[in-house]
Amino acid sequence: MANAINSSFLSMNNTTREGMLSSRGGNVFLALLVVVTLLASVGNQLFPAGSALHVDTYTITLLGKYLSFALLAMAVDIIWGYCGILSLGHGAFFALGGYAMGMYLMRQIGDRGVYGNPDLPDFMVFLNWSELPWFWQGFDFFPFAMLMVLLIPGILAFIFSWLAFRSRVTGVYFSIITQALTYALMLAFFRNEMGFGGNNGLTDFKDILGFDLQSDTTRICLLLITAACLGVIYLLSQFILSSKFGRVIEAIRDSESRVRFVGFKTENYKVWLFVYSALIAAIAGALYVPQVGIINPGEFAPLNSIEVVVWVAVGGRGLLYGAVLGALLVNFAKTHFTGILPEAWLFALGALFVGVTIFLPRGIVGLLSSRNKSMEDKP
Amino acid sequence: MQPFSHLRNFINKDRVFDFLVPEKSINIDTSHNVLLYVEGLTVSFDGFKALNDLNLYINDGELRCLIGANGAGKTTLMDVITGKTRPNSGTAYFGQTHNLLTKTEAEIANLGIGRKFQKPTVFENHTVFENLELALRMNKAILTSIFYRMNSEHLDRIAEILDLVNLKQHARQMAGALSHGQKQWLEIAMLLVSEPRLLLVDEPVAGMTPQETEHTAELLTSLAGEHTVVVVEHDMAFVRSIAKKVTVLHQGSVLAEGNMDDIQNNPNVIEVYLGESH
Ligand SMILES: Nc1ncnc2c1ncn2[C@@H]1O[C@H](COP(=O)(O)OP(=O)(O)O)[C@@H](O)[C@H]1O
Ligand SMILES: [Mg+2]
Repeated sequence: MANAINSSFLSMNNTTREGMLSSRGGNVFLALLVVVTLLASVGNQLFPAGSALHVDTYTITLLGKYLSFALLAMAVDIIWGYCGILSLGHGAFFALGGYAMGMYLMRQIGDRGVYGNPDLPDFMVFLNWSELPWFWQGFDFFPFAMLMVLLIPGILAFIFSWLAFRSRVTGVYFSIITQALTYALMLAFFRNEMGFGGNNGLTDFKDILGFDLQSDTTRICLLLITAACLGVIYLLSQFILSSKFGRVIEAIRDSESRVRFVGFKTENYKVWLFVYSALIAAIAGALYVPQVGIINPGEFAPLNSIEVVVWVAVGGRGLLYGAVLGALLVNFAKTHFTGILPEAWLFALGALFVGVTIFLPRGIVGLLSSRNKSMEDKP
Repeated sequence: MQPFSHLRNFINKDRVFDFLVPEKSINIDTSHNVLLYVEGLTVSFDGFKALNDLNLYINDGELRCLIGANGAGKTTLMDVITGKTRPNSGTAYFGQTHNLLTKTEAEIANLGIGRKFQKPTVFENHTVFENLELALRMNKAILTSIFYRMNSEHLDRIAEILDLVNLKQHARQMAGALSHGQKQWLEIAMLLVSEPRLLLVDEPVAGMTPQETEHTAELLTSLAGEHTVVVVEHDMAFVRSIAKKVTVLHQGSVLAEGNMDDIQNNPNVIEVYLGESH
């Protein structure tokens, strides 16, 4: 008797709620990710320009950029979709990760800058600085720079969220201070004296780990690495969020005080998840910068962080591949739309957000999955 | 996540290395046979005293009923004991050593004080089973949660409780889809799987049928002894059926305390509380 109960519970526990659906959707997503990136790479390398199957380098880079945006969207979905914490400042972590990578790339320029100074980046020469500031030390060493990609945004996210969640700042108040955070960082990075290149930011990169950033093979490698990061982080996040930890997180989203009375220290859970999410955003930024070739304070703009939220809402929050889908679709639309009517893009984005909020509260994926579910319900 | 399941099994120490699990036994000093000490408690909301110099002592293993008109301060008292509301003055101790007023809600829950709310509060977007999984008495740390896998001991515990509250056939259903009475039961079940030392039960039979009420009365009586139970209830028949000792609250203070007969014959009580309903 007890055994029968147990086994029926066990099988149930493996397929909880949307578990089946999301893992099926997740498998489709992973398969598509592999196929598309491989096809694009093959199309670029094996077919000569002019062939119908040729994929030009511009497209490769664009795809890599979209995938790093997808990773950023996933970061926002983890905190917003699963835990209900609307961060309107994830662009800050993205940009900080990007700056750390940019600093490494700047150091790789060496004496190939306009001023030909082997010790200092061009903008420092321009500012008449005589030596490298302390916070630039070590960035010519790739592993150190990668560590900083994680460490700086991670520490910032930890301190920020710890302070906010300990004092039980929630809801719209939290969203507002995340906007303030990214805005403050933007103002700081705009200042030349900060030592991060002021409003020009960091650019004119030459190579990464000795590979020419302009070459097709480097670009394909960057695309593949971005896709791999997206896939691995997806699997890791899916593992974490489908564990009991994920159920605690969703319970916090629905009724935080009840979770406290059950004995979970919800602040700790939220801080942990926020830092995890910020780290993903930082990795996304670090992958983005070598592909687009520039990082400037504009990436901290409050509007950028809001845009990410729109991607997630469009794709469908609460499912990781929904965020990915949203990021890809909206950015694809943006690329084409801004080509035709650049001034109207913000209006289109706003309309999209309002439309999705009203008509598709669970986004595109929500629409698909509810259709799937009603099919499954039929005998 | 198939690729991770081995890793998970391995890292989940309480499956692989039983001896590595720290036996977190919380020491609650009840050498004077009192489990809960509440003294001089005052809570005021904008000058209005919801609790006014309230004193209450609950013995270890006792089943105590709290009665009192609406607004007497019963729920507020539970809010203070569970860390939700901080009082303006007074003390609340769990056993002789644990000062409840310095602890957070989660710490108090982990000390072994469980609560059923007046308005049923379950996790509506989680299944009945998951609600119980969350409430299970176990380590609630982050890493433990990430690598947790339901073991047979926990499964048996949940199955047993589901049986007890007649929710087994609803185990996979979303808690939000349950009826009001079933939510009450689920919340009681959550309380039971958390194996608390002290149960604070706020109006458990509201919205229940007479049979269900009877079932609840049996359940609560059977819990007393091993657990300590404090029940808030309006239903006087229900109170009479379970309680040996009753405390009457009135305007935030204790008006009377004693067995049901004493209470019913107490002139003060007749005047302010029972008087109204007769
Ligand atoms: N958060 C609050 N703010 C203001 N007044 C409150 C609050 N909580 C309770 N009260 C008041 O305190 C009194 C006691 O409430 P409560 O403890 O809920 O009573 P009971 O549970 O005995 O019916 C009531 O008059 C109620 O209006
Ligand atoms: Mg009440």
